[in-house]
Amino acid sequence: MTGTTQRLNRRSVLKGAAATATLAGASTLGAPMIWAQNIKNVTLRQFGTGVSNLNDVGNKVKEDLGFTLEMTALDSDSVTQRAATQPNSFDIADIEYWICKKVWPTGNLQAMDVSRIDLFDKIVPIFTTGKLTPESTVAQGTAPSTVGFVEGPDGTSFATEPTNWMTLIPTIYNADTLGIRPDLIGRPINNWSELLNPEFKGKASLLDISSIGIMDMAMVCESMGEITYGDKGNMTRSEIDQTLAIFTEAKKAGQFRAFWKSFDESVNLMASGEVVIQSMWSPAITAVRSKGIPCVYQPLEEGYRSWGGGIGLSKSLSGLELDAAYEYINWYLSGWVGGYLMRQGYYSAVPETSKGFMTPNEWGFWFEGKPATADILNPQGVVMETAGAVRDGGSFYDRMGAVACWNAVMDENQYMVRKWNEFIAA
Amino acid sequence: MTIAGTKSGAGSVGPLRKSSGIKGRPGLVGWLMASPLVLVLVLFLVMPIIMIGTVSFWRATEFSIIPAFDFENYSFLFGSPVTYSVFLNTLKYALITWAVTLTLGYTVAYFLAFHVRSLTWQIVLFLLCTIPFWTSNIIRMISWIPFLGRNGIANSALLSWGVIDEPLDWLLFSDFSVILAFVHLYTLFMVVPIFNTMMRIDKSLIEAARDGGANGLQILWNVIIPLTKPGIMIGTIFVVTLVMGDFVTVRIMSGSQSANVGRLISNDIALLQYPSAAATAVVLLCSVLIVIGIFLRFVDIRKEL
Repeated sequence: MTGTTQRLNRRSVLKGAAATATLAGASTLGAPMIWAQNIKNVTLRQFGTGVSNLNDVGNKVKEDLGFTLEMTALDSDSVTQRAATQPNSFDIADIEYWICKKVWPTGNLQAMDVSRIDLFDKIVPIFTTGKLTPESTVAQGTAPSTVGFVEGPDGTSFATEPTNWMTLIPTIYNADTLGIRPDLIGRPINNWSELLNPEFKGKASLLDISSIGIMDMAMVCESMGEITYGDKGNMTRSEIDQTLAIFTEAKKAGQFRAFWKSFDESVNLMASGEVVIQSMWSPAITAVRSKGIPCVYQPLEEGYRSWGGGIGLSKSLSGLELDAAYEYINWYLSGWVGGYLMRQGYYSAVPETSKGFMTPNEWGFWFEGKPATADILNPQGVVMETAGAVRDGGSFYDRMGAVACWNAVMDENQYMVRKWNEFIAA
Repeated sequence: MTIAGTKSGAGSVGPLRKSSGIKGRPGLVGWLMASPLVLVLVLFLVMPIIMIGTVSFWRATEFSIIPAFDFENYSFLFGSPVTYSVFLNTLKYALITWAVTLTLGYTVAYFLAFHVRSLTWQIVLFLLCTIPFWTSNIIRMISWIPFLGRNGIANSALLSWGVIDEPLDWLLFSDFSVILAFVHLYTLFMVVPIFNTMMRIDKSLIEAARDGGANGLQILWNVIIPLTKPGIMIGTIFVVTLVMGDFVTVRIMSGSQSANVGRLISNDIALLQYPSAAATAVVLLCSVLIVIGIFLRFVDIRKEL
C-alpha cells in the first residue's frame, strides 16, 4: 500500500515537472505541448564519418536531452552514397561540406531555420561569411560558406551569402597537412613539394581517396612550381591530366611505398617506419605519438588543406522529431561536444562555448597555441603531451588563417575519378 | 538432376501404360524434382545476372541512375588502356597463383593420399590443413604485413643472418606479397578436391602399373595424374575464380599500388557508378567463363566424375 502511494506521489510530482517543462519549452522553443512527455520516446538516427560519430556524444545526449541518438559510422564514400540514395535510413546526416555539395541537389536534406538556432551569431565566420577575420579571403575549393546556405526552405541551389536557411550546422573542422617522421628525416621540411623529393623514394605515401588525394597532389604540384591552378578545388581537365602525369611518373619511379585508405593504415605505415612523409589526418598523428614514436604534423609554407563537417537534417524529419533535432543542434553548439572534440585536436563551430568545458591549460594548448603548462590528456585520460609542448602549427588563427584550399568536389569529378583509377593502375 | 532423370525414366518403363496422372508423364516427375533447385537458381543466380546485364546499359550521373540502352559504359571500358592493363594484371595474378597453388596443393595431397598409410593420420593431417581457415581470411592476410615490412620479422631475420645488407623493399606492397597472400589463402582449395580424387583411385591400378615395370615417376605421370584430372580441374576453377574476383587482397597487400578488375568495380560502386561497375562485372564474368571454358576443353569433368 505504501508503495502505491509513494508511486502515485512521485507520478504527480513528475506530472507537475512535465507541465512546467512544457510551459518553459513552449515559451522558449515554440515546441508543441506534447514535448516533455514524448521526448524520451524519440530516437534520432545519425550517420556519418567516424570522426565525430562518437558514442560518448550519444550517451551525453541521452543524459542531457533525454532522447536517444543512434550512431552509425561509415567511410566518406559510403556516407555520400547513403545520403544520396537512402533518405529514409537516417534523420541526421553528419557529412562533410563537399559531400553536401554533391548530395544537396538530390533533395534528401532539408534546410534549417536559422532563427531556431540560438548560437547562430556565435558560429565562426568561416562558415557564414567565409572570412575568418574581416581581412581574410575565401580559400579555394568547396569552402563551407559557399554551400552553407540556400535561398529558401526548399531551395536547391546554394546562396552566395548567408540567408535564413542553412544547409549544415558545422560540427567539426580542421586544417590538414603532411605528417613526417622527424627522427628519420633529420632536417626541416617546409614545403609540400618534399612529398615527391627523390630523397624519400620508397618512403612516401598518399591517401587513396580520390577527392582528397587530388588536393594534396595539387598542393604538391603547385609547390614544385610545375602547375599554377585556377582553382585547386575545381580543376580543368588539362590541370587534372598534368597533375596526375607528374604523380604517375613519380609512382613508376618508386616514390611511394603504399597508398592508404583508412585511418589505421596511415598510422601503421608511419609507426612502422615504412613511410616517413605522407598525407595524414590529425588524430593519426596523435595515435603515432601515443606509441612513443616522434611524428610531426608539419606546417608548410603553402598553407593547409582544410575540411569541415556539419550536421544536416533529413527531408523526412517533421513534428516532434524535427523539434528534437533542433534541440540537439542547439545542444551541439552549446559547448560540451566542442570541448570534447577540441581536446582531440579538432575545432568546434562555436569555440567560445567550448572554452567553458576545457581547462585553461587545454584551451591555451589546443586553441591559442600556447605551450602546455601541465600534461595534456586525451579523452581517455592518457597523456598526449607533456608540459612545455606546443601544438604543431600554433594557434587557431595561425592554422585556420593559413588555409589554401578546402576539400572539394569538382565539376569534372567523373573525369578526375577515371584518371585517378588510371593512376592507381599505372 | 541426372539421378532424378534416370530414376523417373527407369520407373516409367514398366507401369507406363497402365497408370495415368503424374506417373504417366515421365518428364514431369523429373521436372518437379528439379524445380526447387531451378527456382533457387533462377531467383538467386539468373535474375541477379540479368539485372547486372541490364544495368550495365544504363546511364549514371553523380546521383541518379537513368534506365537507358546505351553502349557508353562498354565503349568507355574497351576504349580505355587501363582496362586492358588491369585485366592483364588480373590474369597474371590468376595464372601465377594457379601454378603455385597447383604445385603445392598437388604435393600436399599426394603426400596425404599415398605416403600417409593410416586413415586416422590422414584425417588428422587433413584437418590440420584446415586450421588456418578457422580465422577470417582478412586476418590471415593482414598478419603478413608486420612479417614482411621493412622492419618486419623477415627482414630483421635476414639482416641478422647476414644474408642481406639492407632491408628488402619488395617483400611487402608488391606483386610478390599479393601472390604470397593468394597462395596462402587458396592452396587448400586445391588440396581438398585433389586429395578427394586421389583417395578414390583404386590401389590395384598402381600395383598393376608397378607389376608392369613402371617406375614411380611413370606411375605418377601415366596413372595418377590422369585419374586426378577432375580434382585438379575443380581446384583450378576454385582458385581462378576466387583470384579473378578478389578485390581486397590486392588492395591491402599491394598497398593500393596495383589494381585488378575487382578493385575497378569496387571503386565504381564507391562512387555510385553502378552502371559502369555492372559493365565491368559483365566483362569480368565473360572472361572468367572463357577461361574456365578453355580449361574444360582439357578435361570433361562430367564424364570423369
